[in-house]
Amino acid sequence: MKIPQVSVFVSNRPGRLHAVCKSLADAGVNLLSLTLADSGEFGLIRLIVSDPEKAVDVLAKAGLSATITDVVACPVNAAIGGLAELLSTAVGSQQIDYMYAYPSTLNGSNIMILRFQDTDKAIEALKATNFKAISKEELLG
Amino acid sequence: MRSTAWNDEENRVLPEMALDFMPEEKLRDLQLQRMRATVKLAYEKVPLFRERMDEKGLKPEDIKTLKDVAKLPFTMKKDLRDTYPYGLFAVDLSEVVRLHASSGTTGKPIVVGYTKEDMEVWAQVVKRGLLACGFRSTDIVQNFFGYGLFTGGLGIHGGFEALGATVIPISGGNTERQVMLMKDFGVTAVGGTPSYFVRIIDVAEKMGVDLRDLKVKRGIFGAEPWSDGMRDYIEEKTGIKAYDIYGLSEIVGPGVGCECDCRDGIHIFEDHFYPEIVDPETLEPLPDGEEGELVLSTLSKKAMPIIRYRTRDITAIEKTKCKCGRTIRRIRRIGRRSDDMIIMRGVNVFPSQIETALLRAEKALPHYQIVLDTKNNMDTLEVKVEVSRDMVSDSMSDMEQLNKKFKHSIEQILGISVIVTLCEPDSLPRSEGKAKRVVDNRKKM
Repeated sequence: MKIPQVSVFVSNRPGRLHAVCKSLADAGVNLLSLTLADSGEFGLIRLIVSDPEKAVDVLAKAGLSATITDVVACPVNAAIGGLAELLSTAVGSQQIDYMYAYPSTLNGSNIMILRFQDTDKAIEALKATNFKAISKEELLG
Repeated sequence: MRSTAWNDEENRVLPEMALDFMPEEKLRDLQLQRMRATVKLAYEKVPLFRERMDEKGLKPEDIKTLKDVAKLPFTMKKDLRDTYPYGLFAVDLSEVVRLHASSGTTGKPIVVGYTKEDMEVWAQVVKRGLLACGFRSTDIVQNFFGYGLFTGGLGIHGGFEALGATVIPISGGNTERQVMLMKDFGVTAVGGTPSYFVRIIDVAEKMGVDLRDLKVKRGIFGAEPWSDGMRDYIEEKTGIKAYDIYGLSEIVGPGVGCECDCRDGIHIFEDHFYPEIVDPETLEPLPDGEEGELVLSTLSKKAMPIIRYRTRDITAIEKTKCKCGRTIRRIRRIGRRSDDMIIMRGVNVFPSQIETALLRAEKALPHYQIVLDTKNNMDTLEVKVEVSRDMVSDSMSDMEQLNKKFKHSIEQILGISVIVTLCEPDSLPRSEGKAKRVVDNRKKM
């Protein structure tokens, strides 16, 4: 139950975010989530999109370097302590590189996107809990 | 030993290459005879040369052996500028059939001229170089050296035409079309600057064309120094064999020398060009095997005979014989030109060292640029490196690690601290010809 995430390398300059979004829009790629990480000179834009392979190609044609990595999408209870509960399981002892909240909900639950150092091990760990990793189809609806 | 690069079925040297294998004694005699004729021509027709000879109290007759060449005055790039445009020509303009000129970005360009005979010699030396590297009349050649005032495009063109190959005079630029024609025309050989070929490799990759699947087998590259690492990169990415041709417009253009199939140094076409190595400080001649500045004299040029031109290229003449059996001597491949040298906080830095460092760090050859600046009264050296698709990670710490890896590798080689900045692909300026590797914004004291 891995979700492909597109990461784009951009210079930390005005207008670059627009260049990324516009080239995806022009190619009809739907943008479902976007988060930014930056380090002074450059940034990484992490995207969940309708068609990741197409997105990487489109971005390459626009002169942008992008890559696909697998992340895990996990619904958590939309109440106080929902995320803490997930992290209190065996999943919480996995090495998590970064995480962010997905901007829409699934059956009333919030969705967390998690990037584990070892995705397979994390999915295995999830199986022993009440939580589950959802598929790309479930996520995109 | 058989080498298809120079012998026929019976293991004889092909007639058009015989000059490369001339007995050494005969070669030295020919050089002396031609040197004397060139000095005489320049003395009689070129006022600047005559003045310099007179200042030294030298007459053309004083050149009795090749050892006497060391007595002759040097020619510098400045001399070509100061005599702009025709001051060093030794023939009437009516005899000149071709002019070439440098881009002249730093003031007046330098102008060079050729008689009909000079043009023939030029085509022949390039042809001999191409033959030595295994190019044949059956080749279909895409020549992306720049055509025009620059000697690269038309010089290589003339050699391929003399060889009888099919030449596509595409010049530089329009990289997607370069890839398309390479594929559609069944191109078997290419020629151009190595940095532009790396650009073609990038664009082909983007277009989904694997150059290894094409018919291209050989490439002749030159006009800028390129490292062995860059050669390995080109060969691995494309499956071609890459050869180095050497030259400079002041002497003739490409074809002063060329590698052979052994690729163990550049053979100078010594029947037309006389090489010496001098100590760049004392200007004293150095023996074969020792590194110094390459000095070249033309031996047969009529329109513009050049005596002892200081090339600024740092190399050595090889002492040993090449395995190919050629008697014409070799120089070591040019890794650095003293003109390209950056002096950074008292340390000599060459762009080729940065190239080596990048290759060592990532086993890839990203496009890069060196920017020198002054910040808080301190000179800084920044290396901007374009991040290709294979280098991107979703992890910030991986990207920071990549930056550190480049920085560490460069600092290890240079011994000074540098700033590395990762940049987007295609964000650094490119020229269609020689790569512009260095931008100097430092405040001049």
